[in-house]
Amino acid sequence: MNNYIATYYNAEKLAKAWAVIRADFLRETGVTLYITLMATLFAILIGLPLGVLLVTGDQKGIRPLPKPLMAFLNGLINLLRSAPFIILIVVLMPITRAIVGRAVGNTAVIVPLIIAAFPFVARLVEGSLREVNPNIIEMSLSSGASTWQTVYHVMLPESVPSLITSFTTAVTTILGYTAMSGAVGGGGLGNLAITQGQQRYNQAVLLAALIVLVILVQVFQTVGTRLAKRMDKRIKE
Amino acid sequence: MIELLNLSKSFVTADGPVDALKHVSLSIHDGDIYGIIGMSGAGKSTLVRCINMLERPSDGSVIWDGTDLGKLSKKEIQQVRHQITMIFQSFNLLMQRTCLENIMLPLKLIHMPRAKAKARAMELLETVGLPDKANAYPAQLSGGQQQRVAIARALATDPKVLLCDEATSALDPKTTHAILSLIREINRKMGITVIVITHQMSVVQEICNRVAILENGAVVEEGEVSQVFSNPRAAATKALVYPDVAEGMEPDEGVNAQTVRVVFQGNDAAKKPMIASMAIDCHIAATILSATTRTLNGKAYGNMLLRIPGGPDELARAVKYLSAEPNVVVQVDAEYTQDAVNAREGQDE
Repeated sequence: MNNYIATYYNAEKLAKAWAVIRADFLRETGVTLYITLMATLFAILIGLPLGVLLVTGDQKGIRPLPKPLMAFLNGLINLLRSAPFIILIVVLMPITRAIVGRAVGNTAVIVPLIIAAFPFVARLVEGSLREVNPNIIEMSLSSGASTWQTVYHVMLPESVPSLITSFTTAVTTILGYTAMSGAVGGGGLGNLAITQGQQRYNQAVLLAALIVLVILVQVFQTVGTRLAKRMDKRIKE
Repeated sequence: MIELLNLSKSFVTADGPVDALKHVSLSIHDGDIYGIIGMSGAGKSTLVRCINMLERPSDGSVIWDGTDLGKLSKKEIQQVRHQITMIFQSFNLLMQRTCLENIMLPLKLIHMPRAKAKARAMELLETVGLPDKANAYPAQLSGGQQQRVAIARALATDPKVLLCDEATSALDPKTTHAILSLIREINRKMGITVIVITHQMSVVQEICNRVAILENGAVVEEGEVSQVFSNPRAAATKALVYPDVAEGMEPDEGVNAQTVRVVFQGNDAAKKPMIASMAIDCHIAATILSATTRTLNGKAYGNMLLRIPGGPDELARAVKYLSAEPNVVVQVDAEYTQDAVNAREGQDE
C-alpha cells in the first residue's frame, strides 16, 4: 500500500496531475457534456417516436401495424442493443463520415452514440407508455380522439413523470459511453482519464476524472428524480 | 333514436369463440333514460361499447337517427363519438391534468380555440357543482367529485346521447344517489338520452324509465321499468328484482303444497291486510315464503310468494279471493320455482 502511494501519488505525480487538471479539466468536462447532451437529444428525437410506435403499432395497440413491420423494428432494436459500443463506433465510421463529414473527433463520436442510444431510449419509452392505464386510453378513443390525438393528448401527458425517469436513465448511460470516445479521437473526461491518467501512469488524473464523472451522474440523477416527482400529480398534496 | 338490430358479438379466446352478445334488438327513444341490467358477464359492457363502435359488432347493426354506425368510416365514427359520449366506473380522468384541462380534452379534439374551450369548461364545472375545483388535480378529489368532472367532460361537446358504464358502481349509496340525480337533471334539462349500464337494480329503479334485462348475451325481458318490476316474467329478471327469493327458495315437493305469487301495485293495495283477511274470510292460512315492497316514483309495488295449504280447491279459492282485490295480480307460481331452478342449473353449466 505504501509502495502504491509512493509510486502513483508522489509529489511529482501530483504536481503533474494538478497541471493537467488546471489546463484541461474544465474544457474536457464541457466536451463530455456536449457529447452527452447532443447524443441524448438526438437519441430522444429518434427513440421517442419509435417507442410510441412500438406501443401503438402492437397487435393489441390502438393502431396495429403489419406484423412483419413490427418484427423488423423489434429485431433492429434488439440487434443494435446487442452490439458492443466500441464495435459500433468502428463499424459505423463510414456512416459517421457521410453524416458529419469526418469519422474522428468530438462531433464524430456523437453519431455512433446516437445509434447506440436510440434503441435503448425507444425501449424505455415503450415501457413508460405501457404503464398508461388502458381505461384512460379507452376513454380517449370513446371521446372521438384519433390515434395521434390519443398519443399527444393522453398517452404522453399521462406518462410524463415516467418519461422523465426514463430520460434520466438514458442520459447517465450515455455519459458512461462517452468514455470510449477516445477510440475515434474524441475528447472528454473519460478519454482524458485513459490517455493522461492510465496510459501515463498518473493515477491521480484518473481518480480526479472519475470524481467529476461521478458528480455529473449524481447531478443528472438528482435533478431527474426531483423533476419526475414534482411533475407527478397523482400524489395528493 | 338508437336501434340495435339483431346485434351479435363474438370474441375469439384461447378456449375458442365466446358469444358475448346474441341477437340483441332494442329501441332506445330520444329522451329515454334506458337501463341495461344484468349480472357480471352478461355482456353489458360489450353491448354499450357496440353502441359507440369501440367494439365492432360481429353481426347486426346499430342505427342512430337513421345512420348505420357500422357502415361509417373511422373519421365519421370519431365525429359520432362527440355526439355519443361516455362515462365510466373508474372515472378515467387524466391524472396529470387539472379538472379544467380534463374537461377541455374533448374540446381540444375538435380544435376549439383555447379561450373558448376554457370558458365552456368553467361553465360545465358550474353545471356539475364544482366551480371551485378548476385547478385541482383528480387525485385531490373524492370519487363522487371525480365522476362529476367526468360527466362535465362527457357533456363538453353537447352530446345527444350519454352512455353510463357502471358509472356509480364504485361509489357509496349516498354519492350514487347524488350522481344519479345529476344524470336525471341532465336528461331533463338538456334533453340528452341516457343509457345506463348497471348490475344494480336500485339504479334502474331510481332513474330509468325503460329497462332491458341481459342474460348470457341475450335480452330476456324489456319494457317500462314499472311494468317489468311489478310483474317480472323472465327468471333472470325475477332473480334481479327479488334476489332473496331466487337465492333462498328451494321448492318443497310436498304433494299439496302450491305456491302463489301475489303482485300488488299502489299504496291502497299495499296497506291492506290481505293475508289476514283471507285467513278470516276463507279459513286459508297461507304461509308467506317471501315478501318485498319497493317504491317506484312514489308508488308502492309489492310482491309476495305464498304457499297455500290443502289441495287445488283451496288454491282456486285463494286465487279467486286475492284476485278480487283491486290492483292485485295473482299468478299460480309452481312454474316459477321450477324456472328458477332451471335457470340456476343453466348458469352452473
